[in-house]
Amino acid sequence: MSQFLQVLLSGLATGSIYALAAIGFALVWQAAQTVNFAQGEFVMVPAFFVLIGMGFFGMPFWLALAFGLALSMLVLGYAFKKLIVEPILPHGGITLIIATMALAILLKETVKEFYSAEAQPFPALFSNAPMNFFGAAVSIQDILNLIVSLSIVVVLTLFLNRTRTGRSMQAAAQNPAVAEILGVNVKRMVLYTFLINAALASLAAFLITPVYLAKFSNGETIGLIAFIAAIVGGFNQIRGALVGGLLIGVLDNLTATYVTAQYRAALPLVLLIIIILVRPQGIMGTSEGRSV
Amino acid sequence: MKKSLVAITAVLLAAGSAYAQDTVKLGMVAELSGAGAPSGTNWRDGVKIAVEEINAAGGILKKKVEVTDYDTQTDPQVSRAMVQKAIDAGAFAILGTVYSGSTLVNMLVAQQNSTPQFVGSEAPTIVQKGNPFVYRTSSGAQKGIPALTPYFKDTLKAKKVGVAWVNNEFGKGGRNVFVEEMKKAGIEVVADVASEQAQTDYASDVAKLKQANPEAVFVYMNQEESARFLIEAKKQALPMPLIGEVTLTEAKVIELAGGAAEGAIAHVGVTATATDVPGIGAFAKKFEDTFKRKPTHDAIKGYVGAWATKYVADMVGKLDGEAFSKKILGLCLKAADYPKILLDTCWDKTGEMSRPSFMVQVKNGAPVVIGTVPAN
Repeated sequence: MSQFLQVLLSGLATGSIYALAAIGFALVWQAAQTVNFAQGEFVMVPAFFVLIGMGFFGMPFWLALAFGLALSMLVLGYAFKKLIVEPILPHGGITLIIATMALAILLKETVKEFYSAEAQPFPALFSNAPMNFFGAAVSIQDILNLIVSLSIVVVLTLFLNRTRTGRSMQAAAQNPAVAEILGVNVKRMVLYTFLINAALASLAAFLITPVYLAKFSNGETIGLIAFIAAIVGGFNQIRGALVGGLLIGVLDNLTATYVTAQYRAALPLVLLIIIILVRPQGIMGTSEGRSV
Repeated sequence: MKKSLVAITAVLLAAGSAYAQDTVKLGMVAELSGAGAPSGTNWRDGVKIAVEEINAAGGILKKKVEVTDYDTQTDPQVSRAMVQKAIDAGAFAILGTVYSGSTLVNMLVAQQNSTPQFVGSEAPTIVQKGNPFVYRTSSGAQKGIPALTPYFKDTLKAKKVGVAWVNNEFGKGGRNVFVEEMKKAGIEVVADVASEQAQTDYASDVAKLKQANPEAVFVYMNQEESARFLIEAKKQALPMPLIGEVTLTEAKVIELAGGAAEGAIAHVGVTATATDVPGIGAFAKKFEDTFKRKPTHDAIKGYVGAWATKYVADMVGKLDGEAFSKKILGLCLKAADYPKILLDTCWDKTGEMSRPSFMVQVKNGAPVVIGTVPAN
């Protein structure tokens, strides 16, 4: 029971962090009708911004986190939209997808150039001491990671559904032309979406890097799993990305513990194939008609 | 004009030749950039200190030692080219490389040129290929893991143990030797947990070990994987001792794992923290004064390699690779007679090295010697 509880909790904690990255896929899809294949690197880079804040500017950890968040929103949110998405989007979604792939390589190699191929230590937000939970020793870090991730998702959902700005963002995503006629500043709403995506990626980085360690190649794993989580859950739904992330996190750990550790990397791909065959719109997603 | 040029050239050539005869060239070929840079730069700096000392002591065969650095970029093919370059430049001996993958490729070049080569690599296969010109500066892995058996059997008095290993050539080799050793010692392996190279999530691996409840766990992974494993073990409060071979208590692992590395134990061939050994203490101090950082075991290996070159060449009495090889294979050097060798050291007929080794434990963020293991 103790083992099951720990494995379940670890899976939920990791899955909730995948969900934050997966939500980014959903947001960018809705805002720009494209897939950001640099999303994994968007989760890798903020950790290095924090290390720059601490190492280069001598900031305390909490200030370096704020610095990392702000710099990520500026570079991975604002600059990404202005310098890559806006100029390339008129040339078509595929062109932009290829551009994001190139961006992923650029970010990865740049980090490698400055911080080497070696992993770097990253301070933990929460204590990694264990606590007793119904007789089982479970990780406080896992519990707090789960709580923080889920809280962020709840706040984001409330923001999008209950605030004027959030509803305007949804309107801009669903039908930009009509939204503009109704007085919504569509460009600003799209910019907000990119800023939120960068912020979510940063938070995912701050939670997962203490365990994964800061390394230039972290984005490859996180990006792939988050992409699959977004498809499994439903690419056009934030709650779908959450469900997909949690599902993959838990199934990965349960499979590695009770079935086989050797094929754990294949599990998300198997899940992806099943979902595409059985329910292409994803578990929580809705069907979308697209003209070709 | 032409006559003058010819005369000048002849004088320069003669001077160069005379200079060459007065120096002994060594080629320091190591991982100075790329993933292996932390190992290679330490190796290089250990060699530097040794060469300064050797020159201060009269050089090799009373000739000044001149060392040239060659960077392999942690690429086996580049390392092969660099060894060739060093030999073409007249190197009498090669010092390096550290990474086994590189050494296995470049040692053939040194062998073809009958050039003695001291390496920092520890893969068993290096000395199993019948190359009489390659010599270790620390014991191979096939000697290190068996040295741990008395610790499990006599010190911990363990009856059941677990093994967590990384599923690559390094990990598989170590795991197989360990399981065989435990079998011989009558200790049951109750958990055998394999993980993948570059794996990031160790929650299920640690949970499995915890469930099996062994009295100790042997951890045999590369640096980053070791650090992630230790972090997860701390998170899940894995209660039993975690014991490794070299890697688990390396400086990089301690840096990455932070407090989670506290208490980890490992067997190491040589460590700069063994300051009770007079030669090691003096070397560690000199290294720290010169480079403003603590030496790693790679630095000690480089230092020993350079000094062994001097001792053996002086014994032979001439710069002859073949004669050097005949002399060193089967040779034992006592630290009392050859103090810069640091510990009593023997090379067998394959170039494998035997010398006393250490058990270390991470205490207050640094490895501390907790015991000595006799040469095996």
